[in-house]
Amino acid sequence: MAKSKVKKTEEPVNKAWEIVKISRHSNRPILQDYLNLIFTNFIELHGDRYFSDDKAMIGGFAQIGKHKIMLIGHNKGKTTNENIERNFGMAKPDGYRKALRLMKLAERFNLPVITIIDTPGAFPGLEAEERGQAEAIAKNLTEMASVKVPIISIVIGEGGSGGALGIGVGNKVLMLSNAIYSVISPEGCASILWRDAKFAPDAAEALNLTADSLLKLGVIDEIIPEPGEGAHSDHKKMAENVKKAIINNIELLKNLSSEELIDSRFEKFSGIGKYSIKS
Amino acid sequence: MPWHVHKTEEKRKVKKEELWVKCKKCNAHIYKVDWKKNLEVCPKCNYHGSISSWDRIGLLIDKNTFEEFNTEIIPEDSLKFNDLKGSYKDKIDETIKKVGISEAVITGSGKINGINVVIAVMDFRFFGGSLGSATGEKILRASNYAYDNNLPYIIISASGGARMQEGALSLMQMAKTCAGIARLNRKNIPYISILTNPTTGGVSASYAMMGDLNISEPGALIGFAGRRVIEQTIGEKLPDDFQTAEYLVEHGFVDAIVERRDMKSFLGNVLAYYNH
Repeated sequence: MAKSKVKKTEEPVNKAWEIVKISRHSNRPILQDYLNLIFTNFIELHGDRYFSDDKAMIGGFAQIGKHKIMLIGHNKGKTTNENIERNFGMAKPDGYRKALRLMKLAERFNLPVITIIDTPGAFPGLEAEERGQAEAIAKNLTEMASVKVPIISIVIGEGGSGGALGIGVGNKVLMLSNAIYSVISPEGCASILWRDAKFAPDAAEALNLTADSLLKLGVIDEIIPEPGEGAHSDHKKMAENVKKAIINNIELLKNLSSEELIDSRFEKFSGIGKYSIKS
Repeated sequence: MPWHVHKTEEKRKVKKEELWVKCKKCNAHIYKVDWKKNLEVCPKCNYHGSISSWDRIGLLIDKNTFEEFNTEIIPEDSLKFNDLKGSYKDKIDETIKKVGISEAVITGSGKINGINVVIAVMDFRFFGGSLGSATGEKILRASNYAYDNNLPYIIISASGGARMQEGALSLMQMAKTCAGIARLNRKNIPYISILTNPTTGGVSASYAMMGDLNISEPGALIGFAGRRVIEQTIGEKLPDDFQTAEYLVEHGFVDAIVERRDMKSFLGNVLAYYNH
């Protein structure tokens, strides 16, 4: 009896799964919180000019510190009603097309683009497919590679696959220390490779979806530390850390020419990946 | 069961599998020789079956003009990924042995009707044609070659999406390959994407949809999210033609549907407009 008790405490905690839970905490700060706490003079701009205004993805002019920027991000909600209205931060093609339109607008105004990533994934629905979800994301990946102003992307909560990457081709990609970023949700991965979603904790560990792992793998450039138990425990402190990181990175990138920005973005993404060389 | 019965049954089964192919769409049993002769297209229902990268290259590229790139780049189990069935590393070794190629894409240069092109051909037999780090690297390097030498680039996709066993590294290959396409765009070099059955998930949401021309084979499954996931999300059955090549033409995302046997002459005709 005593023996088994000892064994239990020695069992390693699945750190990745703990972080997944924190990243989905009901009181975790969302884009709206950061808008209230660190951005000023927000002028929201609506619509993709093709079909609709996607409430799961918002954007517009904003200011942070003394810097004027273009802010674009996934828009989760706090309450069930908000989440239904905002589709739980799962954007449709219209959202990705709006994001791209605003990036082009940022080029016109010579403003750095800040993208805030927080989505379970791109919306998997009939009308999303009908209107070209794949094309919309693909287009953003391609066009973002050629954007002439700095792009800083921050994963604040869930970085769900292509839906996250669709606004994530930044010169700098940052992650909050308890955010996750993955090719597939742990549940989705478990149901395919473990044949049962209940193995999500195992999948979470295997996928290396934490900020620590992704920094080591070269997928992200910087980790923004979270206060206390996590971002949910102190929104104000969290927002301050995010503000500091954004301003640092704007300062870092603001003197680069368009060409340098495009070239360094290309170099950065072409260098990501691990493969072997056959002798 | 007496041993001799068992043995004959086994033998008969093996023989049957060797001689016949069952069409995945209409279930017709087609004599394997005929199936191959018909370019792995069902002679009864025109279903376009999976075809290996090398067979595809043989169909499209002029004889003796293909030069393969980057055979040395092979997958790596960088995350030490283990699932129920074991390690990704073991699966890589097994797959390389079984399929006889070392990644889900073969890249190289060659001629189509005498016109120089760079081509990347995916192979669904290799991890479901999934996009991993080595796949992305080969596709990017081929596009860089096209960029440096001002040659049209053609990618033939056959893929279930990103390779889960490589985590976010595989996700990033979407951005990486698209960054290569963006460079071609900036230099006005044409890129033709050919979408074959299936082209889904992360591959559809990256280079496969970014062709200056998007061409598809008949009936190919093309889409972002899986049918089952969508049905669960919306709680209703989807139409039969949902996410087929024909559906994508109707909705404006694919330029043309071209039969496998006509693909080379189609590409030759298109390239003649570039190389005039």
